[in-house]
Amino acid sequence: MTAKPMTAAGASRASVLFPAVAAFAIGFGLIFMSGLVQAETLHDAAHDVRHATGFPCH
Amino acid sequence: MFSRILTSGLIAGAATGLIAALLQLWFVQPVLLHAELYESGQLAHFGAEVVSAHQDLGPFEWTRNMLSVLFTMLVYAGYGLMLVALMAVSEAQGHAVTARQGLLWGLAGYLTMQLAPAFGLAPEVPGVAAADVQIRALWWLGTALATGLALWLIAFGKGWAAWGVAIVLLLAPHVIGAPQPDSYAGPVPPELSAEFAGRALGAGAMAWAILGLLAGWFWQRESQRAPVPQAA
Repeated sequence: MTAKPMTAAGASRASVLFPAVAAFAIGFGLIFMSGLVQAETLHDAAHDVRHATGFPCH
Repeated sequence: MFSRILTSGLIAGAATGLIAALLQLWFVQPVLLHAELYESGQLAHFGAEVVSAHQDLGPFEWTRNMLSVLFTMLVYAGYGLMLVALMAVSEAQGHAVTARQGLLWGLAGYLTMQLAPAFGLAPEVPGVAAADVQIRALWWLGTALATGLALWLIAFGKGWAAWGVAIVLLLAPHVIGAPQPDSYAGPVPPELSAEFAGRALGAGAMAWAILGLLAGWFWQRESQRAPVPQAA
């Protein structure tokens, strides 16, 4: 852990926000697609996982 | 920063997904296959004949199970990305994350994504009666969002106002109540349904503990390789 001036801490707070939101959105997209989208092919392929992971399935 | 979050989240998530898939195939899948014998009508609960609780569940289905492995890895990769993204935000606010803290993060993730939704909508074995799937999905998402926000406020919020809001957020989805079926028509024996719910929640708890540990560990390791300024 390196010592940084106060301004750097403030900058890091702002610079973390966009990448964090982007990664969070990708993660949510993966879960939404695997767990919740009702398209038939996707539902059938992910069927067992949806049940076992506790997503509402059909 | 983005690549650090992506690397830590995806590796931790995919590795956890593989373990979770094995747990699922070993402990959960047999109950699911057993229930499907009732769902499809091959077996009838309280029918004319007494049905043995020990059934031949057929051979290992490679395509079906490999799809399950793939999708479990995708789901946990998604969880991993969300978890590490939030770890990054908390670290920028001055809360360092290690593997040990990761365990707590994993527990919070489990409460958010599995236990709180299951409090209203228990993991469903195939064939159970349930309300409309869209409405359940909406309640499920709302519950996860409210619970996650509440746990963040409890962990990082300051003062009674934050904790008060957290308590309201935790309780609200369950006071409103999950969508329930109008009548019970599930053909699956309650013993199997209960076993399924217990197994699904138990396997989920193990997987989330592992996800939290791994996410914390990878995140800390990535941080050491490319140190970021900490909040003073």
